[in-house]
Amino acid sequence: MTMILSGSKLGRVLGAAVLAVGLGFAAAPASASDAGHGPKVEMQSWSFAGPFGRFDKGQLQRGYKVYKEVCAACHSMQLVAYRNLTDEGGPSFTVDQVKALAAEIKVKDGPNDAGEMFERNGRPSDRFPSPFANDEAARAAFGGALPPDLSLIGKNRAAHRGGVSFLGDPFTLYAEAGPDYVYNLMTGYVDAPAGTTCDGALQYNQSFIGGTCIAMPNPLAEGMVTYDDGTKTTVEQYARDVAAFLMWTAEPKLEARKSTGLKVILFLIVLTGLLYLSKRKLWANVAH
Amino acid sequence: MSGHSTYTPSNGFTRWLDARLPIIRLSYDSFVAYPTPRNLNYWWTFGGILSMMLAVQLITGIVLVMHYTPNTLMAFASVEHIMRDVNWGWLIRYMHANGASMFFVAVYIHILRGMYYGSYKAPREILWILGVVIYLLMMATAFMGYVLPWGQMSFWGATVITNLFSAIPLIGDPIVIWLWGGFSVDNPTLNRFFSLHYLLPFVIAAVVVLHVWALHVVGQNNPTGVEVKSEQDTVAFTPYATLKDAFGMSAFLVLFCWFLFYTPNYMGHPDNYIPANPMVTPAHIVPEWYFLPFYAILRSIPDKLGGVIAMFGAIAVLFVLPWLDTSKVKSSTYRPLYKQFFWILVVVGLGLGYLGSQPAEGGYVIASRILTAWYFFHFLVILPVVGLIEKPKPVPESITAAVLAKNAAH
Repeated sequence: MTMILSGSKLGRVLGAAVLAVGLGFAAAPASASDAGHGPKVEMQSWSFAGPFGRFDKGQLQRGYKVYKEVCAACHSMQLVAYRNLTDEGGPSFTVDQVKALAAEIKVKDGPNDAGEMFERNGRPSDRFPSPFANDEAARAAFGGALPPDLSLIGKNRAAHRGGVSFLGDPFTLYAEAGPDYVYNLMTGYVDAPAGTTCDGALQYNQSFIGGTCIAMPNPLAEGMVTYDDGTKTTVEQYARDVAAFLMWTAEPKLEARKSTGLKVILFLIVLTGLLYLSKRKLWANVAH
Repeated sequence: MSGHSTYTPSNGFTRWLDARLPIIRLSYDSFVAYPTPRNLNYWWTFGGILSMMLAVQLITGIVLVMHYTPNTLMAFASVEHIMRDVNWGWLIRYMHANGASMFFVAVYIHILRGMYYGSYKAPREILWILGVVIYLLMMATAFMGYVLPWGQMSFWGATVITNLFSAIPLIGDPIVIWLWGGFSVDNPTLNRFFSLHYLLPFVIAAVVVLHVWALHVVGQNNPTGVEVKSEQDTVAFTPYATLKDAFGMSAFLVLFCWFLFYTPNYMGHPDNYIPANPMVTPAHIVPEWYFLPFYAILRSIPDKLGGVIAMFGAIAVLFVLPWLDTSKVKSSTYRPLYKQFFWILVVVGLGLGYLGSQPAEGGYVIASRILTAWYFFHFLVILPVVGLIEKPKPVPESITAAVLAKNAAH
């Protein structure tokens, strides 16, 4: 069955025709892609990649700090609650730490018995606060640009790699396009190449997939967030930590998924082997 | 079901039941004593694998509905609630999403197996047509299921596909408004898609019953394509086929779990984790991978109505496949010429799938047109002509003769 096109002359002619068509579309991307090279997004090495991947708790705690002190000024994160910070497979803050973090915010609640809305201190069950009351308020503050909600940014962004490299992903289990993109974007504010200019408040970013210029100003600067575990406070380190944190917020059950998967797959491989041996024994006396 | 029933009730209760509702007899005759060709290879285990996947989709789907909210304002958040707050919700939802892809992997293999071994030919035309009906129902169900999470691809995929109906002359636009339940894809659309997404799998299950019934009337085809002639050509379904199918299912589950646990979003699109926004169109709207070949055919025709006709025609042609193939020989094993065209068609299908995922511009469009033309050329010209001009290899006298010859050669 593998010798598809061997044999007849007709087969060779048709084979050549199919090959020619194949080459036709393999060559197409060069002409199809927009002006020159696409955004520069380099793959990074992550502790949570691969079948045995686990989050680095220290990294998630640092990433939370970067998110809270930098990103949260403009971006919402509506799907994550303070209580999630204590969840297994997450940053593993203690319950007391999270109570203290939640108590830092004021939450509008109500109505109370008198029918009035009131303000109270935050509780672990509260979601992370949004910096703006609604999308319109955010747009108004940023000249029309809306800072996207960050809850799922670790899964809803991926640079287009082109070609057929996607065919290898099920084997290499590459599933970190989101955090790779976040890291590259955070570190992608470089001088615009000659001839490229950005209008008004827009900035050039070599990794932005939405265009040449991005509305978000360069958010990170060396030393702007204090780390108390001795980790160096460079832009690259902040970017790496916050990208890992945003992967966790997008996929909080990643560790449970990978550890369950290992057990299930090992069980199934053993079961499959036993079924094969049983089948072989059963069929041994039946010519087939 | 074919031939005389060999079931004998073993005790008082089963004798009593057998005289009133012979359900044990039916099961025994269908899944225990049922004679199955002794030479079936592993490509024949995909029927069982597909039954398993249908069950997986039904069970996970019923559980998901316990937590999902079919409302445009809450659908996206309710799916994330399943992923984050429901116990094992992430597992159920990823099983359902990846299960759909695996269902299509299995059905494509099953269909291609039927095409390679000529399983659609007399007396199995109805069996084949019922299979194509199931495939169509699967496509409708999968399409509507992809809309339910109400992400960007859900919304824009629904918009693009429902808009296809506007290509119908005169009544196109009213039909689209009728499908939407309004003047755009919105809450009424989501609600009816949810209703139908829940209904259609049970319709699939019913057609599967007909499919299995038809199969048990005519009996299974086999790699030689020679019909069963005597009892020694067959073995009992249980334990022989049951155990072989169980092995096939278990091996398939390993593949399923590989995706499910280690790269569950590989077969989805990142944009579907962005809530639906009617004001923002994604850069490239692409359907799920299993629709890509048909999407490429749709876009390869420069005319909208023509594209829609070509796309539906690509599936419709499968219904008449039994009458397009003029060869008396079923199995490709004995059809040297057809065998080559079969593999070319497989490559063409994969090529169309790749092209469907790329932007509709430049070289991609030209390649799509060539491959689309080949697709129809294969069914409408090659199949009838090859059957007439091909000189098949000698076909074995019986299944047993083929098996003995093969074993002697080893």
